[in-house]
Amino acid sequence: MSHITNRQAICDTLMEAANHDRSIVVTCSDSRGSASLAPFAQAYPEQFIELGIAEQNLVSVSAGLASCGKKVFAASPASFLSTRSYEQVKVDVAYSGTNVTLIGISGGISYGALGMTHHSLQDIAAMACLPDMRVYLPSDRFQTACLIQELLKDEKPAYVRVSRSVTEDVYGEAMDFTLNRAGVLAEGKDAVIITCGELVPYGVKAQKELKKQGYEVGLLDMYCLKPIDEDAVRQAARQADVVITVEEHSLFGGLGSMVAQIVAADSQTKVINIALPDGHLISGNNHEIFHHYGLDDEGMVAAIKKARSEG
Amino acid sequence: MERLKEKAYELRRDIIEEIYHSKAGHVGGDLSVIDILTVLYYQVMNINPENIKDENRDRFLLSKGHCVDALYMVLGDKGFFDKQEAIDTFCAFGSPYIGHPNTDVPGIEINSGSLGHGLSLGVGMALAAKMDEKTYRTYVVLGDGEMAEGSNYEAMMSAAHYKLDNLCATIDLNGLQISGPTKDVMCTSDLGAKFRAFGWNVIDVEDGNDCVELLSAYKQAALVKGQPTAVIAHTVKGKGVSFMENQKGWHHGVLKEEQYQMAMKELKEVLQ
Ligand SMILES: Cc1ncc(C[n+]2csc(CCOP(=O)(O)OP(=O)(O)O)c2C)c(N)n1
Repeated sequence: MSHITNRQAICDTLMEAANHDRSIVVTCSDSRGSASLAPFAQAYPEQFIELGIAEQNLVSVSAGLASCGKKVFAASPASFLSTRSYEQVKVDVAYSGTNVTLIGISGGISYGALGMTHHSLQDIAAMACLPDMRVYLPSDRFQTACLIQELLKDEKPAYVRVSRSVTEDVYGEAMDFTLNRAGVLAEGKDAVIITCGELVPYGVKAQKELKKQGYEVGLLDMYCLKPIDEDAVRQAARQADVVITVEEHSLFGGLGSMVAQIVAADSQTKVINIALPDGHLISGNNHEIFHHYGLDDEGMVAAIKKARSEG
Repeated sequence: MERLKEKAYELRRDIIEEIYHSKAGHVGGDLSVIDILTVLYYQVMNINPENIKDENRDRFLLSKGHCVDALYMVLGDKGFFDKQEAIDTFCAFGSPYIGHPNTDVPGIEINSGSLGHGLSLGVGMALAAKMDEKTYRTYVVLGDGEMAEGSNYEAMMSAAHYKLDNLCATIDLNGLQISGPTKDVMCTSDLGAKFRAFGWNVIDVEDGNDCVELLSAYKQAALVKGQPTAVIAHTVKGKGVSFMENQKGWHHGVLKEEQYQMAMKELKEVLQ
């Protein structure tokens, strides 16, 4: 299994790019360690700005830098970046269209036992409804690196959420990556799983297990939440009897809502959303929490078998 | 050895136990704030398991909520719940004793963990006391790294504006945050001068790990009229465990077995 986290893949990609692009600037809020960006800060001190524990200032300062020609990557825990600095993101990044990529680290329930203050289960919804804000939850280190390389090429705002722990490899060094196109990992007529971020490896496991049991199940890696790959969703839903969305996010306004919206306008296929419930979550590490709420491979297998048996 | 110091060192051993067992928590900040918590809970505030619902109980807010590990040990020791249970299940699956203050745990006033909320919440509680002519006092404990959050300065302004002499903030000024020395990461000093500029009464406690000095500061603060008070407690992060003192790596470090043994031994020696 890989030992490289997605946050580390971000740091590696940015370090390589900063070597020949002096306009790249990384900003942090006492978060360089948690973001795995300490090596960047060390190697490029002139391209690194520390703002301290002040996430609102972090975002507006980043937007100011960007308005003067810098390509800014602002990294802070997803929970604080997407809620504490929300107005700064809305006005100074999205509305003003500044070249800021927000890196939400330790996303979702990465900080399981630290409680709701540290969970970001509203960030997909919050960020996606800001005009012109793009939203990405890459799955593994290869996809993360490809995504950052693509984002370096344009000058538009984006929000990227990554998890704290290592995500098992889904792709390889020579992966086929097109920005804003879902990764079609499998096709199937019995059901299709649409998921994103660190849940994708669970999807891979579930798909394999179901195949063993005689089900033909498709799997979409919808790392691009906005703009979402509508064609891929429609095509998968037309092929399959049931669509199961699985996300490390609230049930409201995330991947499931977006997919349901697209499918409802196009076909009769049933859509089942698996997400984290409303209310205080049980404490534990991320694997324990995923398992408890049915977000892991076992949960996906059970949900698909149940949906199939109910017809 | 005076009783309070002894209590603070017993609680330090409980904290090490809890951190070692759970492989979680924020030990450096726990050990810097524990004397402040000890003085407040054992001498200053009228908070105990019997008056938990009493409208006149003092209010306590740990704004640097990541040090809830220390607060759990104090609350457990005071009988709000079974301290051993908190040690055994801290941050474990299904446990109420999660890594930040939450109201499922008896004795916790309000949820926290996102830095820079406590002082504003405290202003609200102190204002409510004034509105209802209640005599309780509100105590808020913050970190010096936390003082980079702009919300604190909005809270400071409003507290002085409303002359909240029933509000007392303590800064656990240990000079470190996650990324290193606060003066290098984002310099928040001179905090005393900042509070004064906002209209607060300021008491400097030179040794913020000395229970006697702390106690006298809180006694003084209670006498001040027409102004909120900030106690600037100059503490040592990791205080009491030599290899943790002033080391940024111990912000949320986890102990290996020999480190656990060493820490427990050192703390026991102070108690003898
Ligand atoms: C709003 C917010 N941003 C970031 C964090 C993550 N965080 C937890 S502790 C900490 C450092 C706190 O430093 P300080 O206030 O000096 O506390 P101490 O050194 O006493 O532990 C940070 C950045 C947080 N909990 N809340």
